[in-house]
Amino acid sequence: MRAGYPAEGFVDRLLAAGFDFFVGVPCSLVRALLAELERRHLYLGETREDAALGVAAGAWLAGRTPVVIMQNSGLGVSLNALASLHLLYRIPCLLLVTWRGYEGTDAPEHLVMGEVLPRLLELFGVPFRAPDAEAMEAAVEWAAACIGATRRPVALLVRPGLFE
Amino acid sequence: MTLTEALARLLPAISEGTVCVHANGYIGRAGCAARDRDECFYMIGSMGLGSSIGLGIALAQPERRVVVLDGDGNILMNLGALATIAAARPSNLLHVCFDNRAHASTGGQPTVSDRVHLDDVARAAGYRAVARVDAPAALAAEASGLLAGEGPAFLLVRIELGPPGPPGPRIPHVPEAMAARLRRALGGPG
Repeated sequence: MRAGYPAEGFVDRLLAAGFDFFVGVPCSLVRALLAELERRHLYLGETREDAALGVAAGAWLAGRTPVVIMQNSGLGVSLNALASLHLLYRIPCLLLVTWRGYEGTDAPEHLVMGEVLPRLLELFGVPFRAPDAEAMEAAVEWAAACIGATRRPVALLVRPGLFE
Repeated sequence: MTLTEALARLLPAISEGTVCVHANGYIGRAGCAARDRDECFYMIGSMGLGSSIGLGIALAQPERRVVVLDGDGNILMNLGALATIAAARPSNLLHVCFDNRAHASTGGQPTVSDRVHLDDVARAAGYRAVARVDAPAALAAEASGLLAGEGPAFLLVRIELGPPGPPGPRIPHVPEAMAARLRRALGGPG
């Protein structure tokens, strides 16, 4: 298996690209990333993913550039916030969404969302990439440029094993 | 006291420059009709998230006062936000709940806030200050007191359902322009 991307370096990359507000709901696939954000006192844990999107919208209105971290199960919870807040008001954020159910190999509760995840993002007009470790830096740059140009949410999908 | 009467008492007590996040439904319509400023944000969808939006603003700009004008239906839809706000302890946040014990804009269907008292829930969650107002005469003073103190504060304003029909026109602003004007008012590029 290919080596993962170090969480510490990823946080550095996000900060360097201008992301400066981090809120979310945990997933085991980003355990190392959340621990690194907590270590730097940068992370607000929310109760639900749509509430995290609400906090992120407020942060954007107040001048920040937010990252919302969630499991793909939480994307289902988030659809009304995306539709009637972010997309409607042109409030962007970087959605860092873990891809449970990737390639159909996971616990049964993840299989439906794992299969429809890319189509769901396409349906909502959220551009996304699912980078491997080598493509991470370019993906962060792409996400920041996308937000600056479109003022719409953009997603990076975190496949199993991406982070060390 | 109706929502319109309560807003007429409360809004003059809120100083210029204070951010007001209005919940969707009749609260935003009545609030916009009563006193519209660049620092006002009107949610027209995303029911339940007004408190979360207010928290995000309050955390990002700790020196700026933020007031969330919420309702019982909205709060019950995102009850976890009370816990997150209480835990994050933004000292600049006042959370107002206009409690008519009903979903006014969808036909007055009852909520459960007649039996589950949301000021008790906020107190149990750990808001620093919690107050409840039933009489119109007490509202402005109570709000001013909470705005002068340390938050997060919660003010439950018990109101009655108003006459049938909306208390004001639909929000006249384009959503994108509303977001941009608030960003500019908060020092951003719009």
